[in-house]
Amino acid sequence: MMRVFIIIVAMSVVTMLPRLLPVWIVDKWRFPEWIGRFLEAVPYAALGALIFPGIITVVENRPEMGLIGGFVAVFLALKSRYTIVVILGAVLVVYWLIWINSCRLDMDVSVRNIVLNI
Amino acid sequence: MIKEDIQKGMKQGMPIMLGYFPIALTFGVVSQQAGLSLVELTSMSILVYAGAAQFMAVNLLMVSAGLLEITIATFVLNFRHFVMSLSFVHKLEHINVRWKTALTSLLTDESFALASMDSKKEKKSHYYYLGLFSVAYLSWIMGSFLGGVMGDIFPERLSVSLGIALYAMFIALLIPSIQKNRRHGWIALIAMAINYTLSFYVDSGWSIVLSTIFASGIGTMFIRREA
Repeated sequence: MMRVFIIIVAMSVVTMLPRLLPVWIVDKWRFPEWIGRFLEAVPYAALGALIFPGIITVVENRPEMGLIGGFVAVFLALKSRYTIVVILGAVLVVYWLIWINSCRLDMDVSVRNIVLNI
Repeated sequence: MIKEDIQKGMKQGMPIMLGYFPIALTFGVVSQQAGLSLVELTSMSILVYAGAAQFMAVNLLMVSAGLLEITIATFVLNFRHFVMSLSFVHKLEHINVRWKTALTSLLTDESFALASMDSKKEKKSHYYYLGLFSVAYLSWIMGSFLGGVMGDIFPERLSVSLGIALYAMFIALLIPSIQKNRRHGWIALIAMAINYTLSFYVDSGWSIVLSTIFASGIGTMFIRREA
């Protein structure tokens, strides 16, 4: 389908432009010192904005699960310098939370069925 | 030397690879269900390489939105990379323009975060960044392709819980830099607060751009630098 490909190329152009434009800007224009300091702060601000509130949407309609996973990650990051430990720890806890929760849901359904059958 | 740098970068990029793969797999599955062919969905991952925008585009294609609508929405969602790329390029004075162009074309939230948060002060070579960015890129492409071919291979519970992986990576990157300098923590917290507030009023793309700019600005102006 030609239509989808045109859309993909258009998406590519508008995604690549913001990524590439800074290369030419920085090449052509000498920044004053304060912009340099501003740009050094950007990674920390971006990380903050990328973490929250996005993290509460990890499990749909259960913001607390993402938050708990986040706190586990903070705790592990304070304890270990290995990123992989932090990631696996957070994934395991969220997996466990979903699992516990679905067991409880299953139980609710079976209890309701029993009650209905009576 | 070249090989060593590439390998070092690839090793550094492993967490992104791990985080991208399940999301890319889901993208492959979802976009195929939405009626995209394998070639189309893989090309999208190769040419656009932006997770949130790709999911959004597939949703919009399903409701047969127009070219203009999808393009504008993609631009808004990905404009945050402009600010990130500016910050990244600023760090790369020692690398030539052609390499900078190649590297920034692969810039994502995650690769930017990893590349910026390097704890060691020494300047990295472009081969290091190439290794780092390309594992993430390849994982995204492979994941999309495999998702399109094989469908769901992960049980739902697993793929949902893997959704926390990239957030955990962001946290793992942020915490050590806060331990080194509290100022970084304040900047991140301000960005979170602004982003949360704005998320009720504007698209998440603008919200991330604005909160990143404001929090960096406030951080630069009002928070004392430590020695």
